[in-house]
Amino acid sequence: MDQIGFLEPRPAVLSRRREIVADLLDLLPEGCLVHEPRELVPFETDAFVSYRRLPLAVALPETTQQVAAILKYCHRYGVPVVPRGAGTSLSGGAIPQEDAVVVGLSKMAQILEVDYANRTATVQAGVTNLSISDAVSADGYFYAPDPSSQLACTIGGNIGMNSGGAHCLKYGVTTNNLLGVKLVLIDGTIVELGGKALDAGGLDLLGVVCGGEGQLGIVTEATVRLIARPEGARPVLFGFDTSEEAGACVADVIGAGIIPVAIEFMDKPAIEICEAFAHAGYPMDVEALLIVEVEGSEAEMDAMLASIIEIAGRHGVKVVKESQSATEAALIWKGRKSAFGATGRIADYICMDGTVPLGQLPHVLRGTAEIVARYGLRVANVFHAGDGNMHPLILFNANDPEDAARAEAAGNDILKLCVDAGGCLTGEHGVGIEKRDLMRHQYAEADLAQQMAVRAAFDPQWLLNPSKVFPLEGRPAA
Amino acid sequence: MTPIHEPLSEEAAARLVQIAALSKTPLVIRGGGTRSLHPAPEGADVLSTRGLSGIVAYNPAEMTMTARAGTPLEVVEAALAEKRQMLAFEPNDLRGVLGTSGLPTIGGVFATNASGPRRFTAGAARDSLLGVRFVNGKGEIVKAGGRVMKNVTGLDLVKLLAGSHGSLALMTEVTFRLLPVPETSVTIVVSNLNDAEAAAAMATAMSMSVEVSGAAHLPESVRGRFAGGALPDGAATVLRLEGLAASVAVRAEKLAANLAGFGAVTRLDGEASRRLWREIRDGAPYADGTPRPLWRVSVAPLAGQQLIAALRLEAGVDAFYDWQGGLVWLRMEADPEAELLRRYVKAVGGGHATLLRARPEALAATETFQPQAEAVAMLQARVKASFDPDGLFRSRMAG
Repeated sequence: MDQIGFLEPRPAVLSRRREIVADLLDLLPEGCLVHEPRELVPFETDAFVSYRRLPLAVALPETTQQVAAILKYCHRYGVPVVPRGAGTSLSGGAIPQEDAVVVGLSKMAQILEVDYANRTATVQAGVTNLSISDAVSADGYFYAPDPSSQLACTIGGNIGMNSGGAHCLKYGVTTNNLLGVKLVLIDGTIVELGGKALDAGGLDLLGVVCGGEGQLGIVTEATVRLIARPEGARPVLFGFDTSEEAGACVADVIGAGIIPVAIEFMDKPAIEICEAFAHAGYPMDVEALLIVEVEGSEAEMDAMLASIIEIAGRHGVKVVKESQSATEAALIWKGRKSAFGATGRIADYICMDGTVPLGQLPHVLRGTAEIVARYGLRVANVFHAGDGNMHPLILFNANDPEDAARAEAAGNDILKLCVDAGGCLTGEHGVGIEKRDLMRHQYAEADLAQQMAVRAAFDPQWLLNPSKVFPLEGRPAA
Repeated sequence: MTPIHEPLSEEAAARLVQIAALSKTPLVIRGGGTRSLHPAPEGADVLSTRGLSGIVAYNPAEMTMTARAGTPLEVVEAALAEKRQMLAFEPNDLRGVLGTSGLPTIGGVFATNASGPRRFTAGAARDSLLGVRFVNGKGEIVKAGGRVMKNVTGLDLVKLLAGSHGSLALMTEVTFRLLPVPETSVTIVVSNLNDAEAAAAMATAMSMSVEVSGAAHLPESVRGRFAGGALPDGAATVLRLEGLAASVAVRAEKLAANLAGFGAVTRLDGEASRRLWREIRDGAPYADGTPRPLWRVSVAPLAGQQLIAALRLEAGVDAFYDWQGGLVWLRMEADPEAELLRRYVKAVGGGHATLLRARPEALAATETFQPQAEAVAMLQARVKASFDPDGLFRSRMAG
């Protein structure tokens, strides 16, 4: 399976490989450049493992100045650059190419400042998502966006992809929780965008850098918003006989003006996979399961749950199961957050990420099942239902090229279904290479041209992560 | 007389921009004109969104609405009120402080990222904006974003357009998310704190798990002009709680108990509370019919009172604070003192001072927005050129 193309490596770069490595060794301290082919292998792909390319070299800078020096050099000599956090991208956002220098931020992993009075944390880009919450948790705060990979993924990667997570229904995604960044432009210029003040002057460049998939610059530091942790939180399980009933229940809860912290959906295959892995106590005799989390004081949680249970009753809910202890609550979330990993134990899979308007959930779930059946494959659905962000996991056998090609084709059909239902190709994983060639299904030429013009305003030569996001044909001449 | 164009469709608007591009005629985009700070520059035509009006789609169950840019805000808010929904970011109304008339439009709200008291917890206008249709400076019709809550498909041009003050493109249609109107809203009032004590009290409130959705400090000089004089004597530090009645009652008690150590605690309920936050949102005490210089200054929450303490030593100023102290409404006595103010903004850790109002000659002579670092300004200019290569759009509006 190798249908998604990459840009042809630049011969002028490949032929100078030895000199480039020597120059980069001069620019960086000892132990900060990986260039032996054998040692480059860990960097050849990310969590979109079907595709891999060995990079020219991997730079692991320790300071913003070193990042600037590398970019300045690559800009001068026309060498492509692929930024990398923890390499957990599900869309191939961090997959390198043969003529590219990977700039990995793993050595820049310090929390620089925690400022409770202003409710901010300033961190280096290589800090993991979870370690921010861990650092402030004893003082009663947390950082809200929580992608399932939060143990490993970095805040720099989160900014690149504008990552979401289960609890974004109430607290928003990365862009809503990001106050400022230190950004290195491709020519090595260091700029600061935003800061502890809410309104920054001029155009909202921070807003477009977030979700820029590493094409606009490399973020080396970020200032994020901290939130006081709620008094309590309680996940509750709601089991239904059909996916349609569960989907309609979600739409009615939101439509009634109730916004829980999270509403997660799992269908039967996903329930079985996750239960076998985490022993979370999920009900096994239902076709669809919602994990609804409410938070606040006991009285608040009781009041909100009563309203949700009433609505679920109207949709024929079969099982309502409240977590009785912190341990049970943790297990419920462990099961959900390990869904991708647990699926990986039983089959190869690709994970889609389309988002649809809530009213379209039942229609799209039905359509997804039909598409997958047509290709003779299996699917497990586990996703953020509250904001319509679907994650069908298409199961296949990676050792069978035909099976893999069918899975990819089924995925493309599902994403087109999402767009046609009024949604979009990707809610939180990013376009990367995975969805790049579907962009014209969502956007007209003028829409893409405007995005590419903005991209070129930051990186006129298209050196930063150049094989990603925009279809390779029809790009402006660099 | 400045020519005014009022296209009745997106296509007509695109043609007008194409024609302006041929003759390199500068354009000033105007919604309701309620946020206009400066007269249109010499030789510029006005491009009005008045003819691009009306709600296109309202889906209460999905909590989203699509409206044409020129739709009056009051039309949007009336439709939302029927379904007990609202714009979470509380768009302000600057007619009082600017002495303008006309109807604010939904396009103007997003173009200026106009955001009120809930901004520091629920986000700004830009955080509610899901999708935009616009005409760029080449006269091309472009769409960005969509109508779903989570969308990372391609570059987030929506954020760039929000708060672009009409400098990048003519927005023709906006799609935005909504929230339910909270069942109850109460305000806890702590009286007689000085600015520094108020900053500490607000930080304490924000550290608690009670979900404060408004935190403002109204010094004694302005306190009497809020809530029809219903606030107790002395400065008022006000904290808003919203939500289900039972939940608000529990949280209010907890918050009041924790703040009792700072000063006397009272509370405002119902309409009195709602009126207070509307007045904070609109800078009501400075709707004084004068051209005395008025600034909105955004800094880190704790820096607001440091800024004012420093300025007081050198200039005649009056101020009140929103966003936990991070938004300062600042009125000067005579001249805008831009250089002094911006120096101090930098000294307290950086931020952004916008001049909303001054005598015409002072307004013309002062940069409206905080000047940017050189590298950022260059980047902004390149981004502007990517939308508007001929520099047609010359609008300047107020946030």
